[in-house]
Amino acid sequence: MSITLEAFTQYAPRSSRKLLDNIALTVEDRAFVALVGPSGAGKTTLLRAIAGLSSHSEGTLLIDGLPIHDRPVQDRGIGFVFQNYALFRHMTVARNIAFGLDVLPRARRPDRAAIQRRVTELLDLIQLPHLAKAYPDQLSGGQRQRVALARALATGPRLLLLDEPFGALDPLVRRDIRRWLRDLHDRMNLTTILVTHDHEEAMDVADTLVVMQEGRIVQAAEASTLNAAPQTPFVMEFLGETLKFQGTVRSGQFVPDNPDIAPFPFEGPDGNATAFIRPHDVFLLPGAGQASVEKRPHFSNGLFRYQIVTAEAAFEMITPTDLSPQEMQNVRVDISRGKIFYPAAASEDPPKPA
Amino acid sequence: MTSQSSRIIPIVLTLLSYTIIGLLIVLPVALILHEALRQGLHTAFETLKDPEARSAIRLTACVTAIVTVINTAGGIAAAWTLTKYDFRGARLLVSLIELPISVSPVIAGLVWLLLFGRQGWWGNWLGHHGLHIAFAVPGIVLATLFVTFPYVARTLMPYMEQQGRAAEEAAFLFGAGFWKTLIHVTLPDAGWALLSGVLLTTARAMGEFGAVAVISGHIPGVTETMPLHIETLYNGYQSVAAFAMAALLVLVAMTTVLIRMFLERSFRKQHP
Repeated sequence: MSITLEAFTQYAPRSSRKLLDNIALTVEDRAFVALVGPSGAGKTTLLRAIAGLSSHSEGTLLIDGLPIHDRPVQDRGIGFVFQNYALFRHMTVARNIAFGLDVLPRARRPDRAAIQRRVTELLDLIQLPHLAKAYPDQLSGGQRQRVALARALATGPRLLLLDEPFGALDPLVRRDIRRWLRDLHDRMNLTTILVTHDHEEAMDVADTLVVMQEGRIVQAAEASTLNAAPQTPFVMEFLGETLKFQGTVRSGQFVPDNPDIAPFPFEGPDGNATAFIRPHDVFLLPGAGQASVEKRPHFSNGLFRYQIVTAEAAFEMITPTDLSPQEMQNVRVDISRGKIFYPAAASEDPPKPA
Repeated sequence: MTSQSSRIIPIVLTLLSYTIIGLLIVLPVALILHEALRQGLHTAFETLKDPEARSAIRLTACVTAIVTVINTAGGIAAAWTLTKYDFRGARLLVSLIELPISVSPVIAGLVWLLLFGRQGWWGNWLGHHGLHIAFAVPGIVLATLFVTFPYVARTLMPYMEQQGRAAEEAAFLFGAGFWKTLIHVTLPDAGWALLSGVLLTTARAMGEFGAVAVISGHIPGVTETMPLHIETLYNGYQSVAAFAMAALLVLVAMTTVLIRMFLERSFRKQHP
């Protein structure tokens, strides 16, 4: 199921404040898309808009080429999983799952036995066949999560929308359910859109990441593209730990203000600029400068952390190699793998506070 | 010292509560029953068979039924609108709903009289068309409606507020329309609060005196409800009859309270 948004703007109720500002987005059939961004970026608002839950909006929102409100809700084929699951507290798990089928118009409603079979099938799918008669209050977070998913899948939707679906789960369960969801997406030929504030989770599960900030889409691309060519400093910073170095672009070179950082070739207009770089893209040039290096005690994922102390600043780098004492003396820092951003772009997209 | 006083204080408070409740609530009820049965159960029953007494009982039952049905529907609508939708003036509406609680019922009666009475705004027009509202049953229903409107809405609202809108949105997305959402999702979940509001409305509607006294005109056998009839009887020195009717009213009211308590207990057991 494909989704197209064009010039889609949504206002806060009773005000002219824009919650979503001129959104343009296309989601292809069978895509797995993650909406990411800091809280307040408009991710959930966009997801709800796609579900047809929002008012006060203008612009185009097409589902399979048709405006969403042209089709009755039952025919839209959308399954939605709410952030806190929104299970019906007074119904058993089985009735929760059957709800979408129970409320179909009589002419289209499957008979009791068929609904029962579908519920059993879904309970098996979420691996909770023994909990049909339980009430939501009696379930753990992960179980509720899966029941909410089963309920969303009952009517056989082709578009699955999930709002922070893993938010309340512990890390191990999170990873399991994430894999399970991805598998489900592939097996059932779903189109899935997921909201999360966790970029690592998004990269792990989704094909395309849509990075949002202040109601706008900053960049929509595959994870590798986002890593290789972030369009704004915000995207760069949102996707991981980032170091920043002020400097100047001058006759084909980026010259950092800090003398312990080595200049490197860069083609661009002359003027002030900032180099953004991941700590693992930093290299050292032993014996070429005045900076000193100290080893940090942290050793996670097989990577070493080093604190680099220059006359003007101190920062950390990450490397898989265990540096020898000679390599840690009088170093100069190589940041030539960094990305250069000019202040104009930076002022348009103020970097996220750390 | 402290441990001793901390042990004594709860005991003192408990005793105090029992004393206050005993003096203010149990004693009057007991006295009413005692007065009603002073000349025996049989005499008390006989007074209730009086035509005017039976008319009063019928009228009260009828008014209570109409008012409970209308105010339950209205209260659900008001609570739903005020908690599930955002709109301008919602806060003002919430305070307006509470107005009948803070305004003296006599004033409510006077307002209806002002509108529908013979000298009232619409009184002439109504008289021409042969419609009687003041000093007739419709007026009593209107007055009681006004006085008891807040109960269903106010007991439902905190609960619906706390429910949030997610369940309704989920129901909507699964294709449940307005009525299906209301009947299958919102009301079953708010069931206990709703029932509590309905029973409060019933109890309050049966007992309403002030507003009804003003608008009904106190016509024995025609527009006298049970509370009005009790006053008439008492002022006419028919104290056994007055207390018999009062006892009946008290017993029905107590039954609703007991039903509420029983239902609350079974509800708690079901949803620990």
